[in-house]
Amino acid sequence: MVLLLFLLVVAIAAVVQRNMLAVVLLFGVYSLLSAALFTSLKAVDVAMTEAAVGVGISTVLMLGTLSLTTQRTNQPPRRAVLPLLVVLATGSALVYGTTDMPAFGDPAAPIHHHVAPEYLVRSIPETTIPNVVTSVLASYRGFDTLGETCVVFTAGLGVLILLGSRRREEQDERDQPGEEVVVR
Amino acid sequence: MTDHVVLRVIGKLMIPFILLYGLYVQAHGDFGPGGGFQAGVIVAAGIILYGLIHGVSATQRVVPARLVEILAATGVLVYASVGSVTLLLGGNFLAYGVLDPHDPAHGQHLGVFLVELGVGVAVASVMLAIFYAFAARAPVTPGPGGR
Repeated sequence: MVLLLFLLVVAIAAVVQRNMLAVVLLFGVYSLLSAALFTSLKAVDVAMTEAAVGVGISTVLMLGTLSLTTQRTNQPPRRAVLPLLVVLATGSALVYGTTDMPAFGDPAAPIHHHVAPEYLVRSIPETTIPNVVTSVLASYRGFDTLGETCVVFTAGLGVLILLGSRRREEQDERDQPGEEVVVR
Repeated sequence: MTDHVVLRVIGKLMIPFILLYGLYVQAHGDFGPGGGFQAGVIVAAGIILYGLIHGVSATQRVVPARLVEILAATGVLVYASVGSVTLLLGGNFLAYGVLDPHDPAHGQHLGVFLVELGVGVAVASVMLAIFYAFAARAPVTPGPGGR
């Protein structure tokens, strides 16, 4: 609960703050708080990912982007009534939706009665892997995880194609005089 | 940033442990929380920390950009070829039991280990490749790594 309160404070600070450097750092703090929240919900796998990607890598990438652009937003803060109303309506609808959800950790919740019990029963006799999360991800759902790996790979490929690398730029610079010679 | 003694010393102190923890998470995914994706991002974060302290060119001497691109594809290839091997051994795609005909459970362990290794290598390399791509765009700081 305290963590959620901190999350809210950091989120509001990030929205209000006009200095982009501070916003990026606040997002880092937000991710770290989320990681702590995931740990307290016993989702250590997710917490590890959040701590490494959210706090570390994405903050570094955002800082890198900031060093290419500017640190301040150009747009002056505006009072926008309609978006505020839309956000409030959506938010209250979502909060209203959560009241119908089963309580956290409720053993009677529908999610615990679909395939989860079967995995829990079958995992250790069939795979002898004590960590059921791993056996589900890598063995029962191996094809899905292959797809996820391909998505990560494709994303990296996309960034490389869009941003290129310094090596290729150097090559282009080296190639260009050569082309001029050919043209002449 | 190599002039900052505190950063350099703390980095030197922490990076080996971050990398070791990444390897632990990678290898221990069967038994505890973790797995390929977590290990990949932890290792990548460790190397990126090195890059922040010592400069990108010093990092690329340790982990060249070319190697990262090759490893990213290799990771996916390792994963997919485990599936192909299980097909060739007469099982379903990614049904690891056939990897060890005498003990299917051992085959499961082997298959999951190889697949997680593929995921870890792919994720770490892709993260590094993205970091390199961003860093290559940044205005060249008079490189501490150039020394």
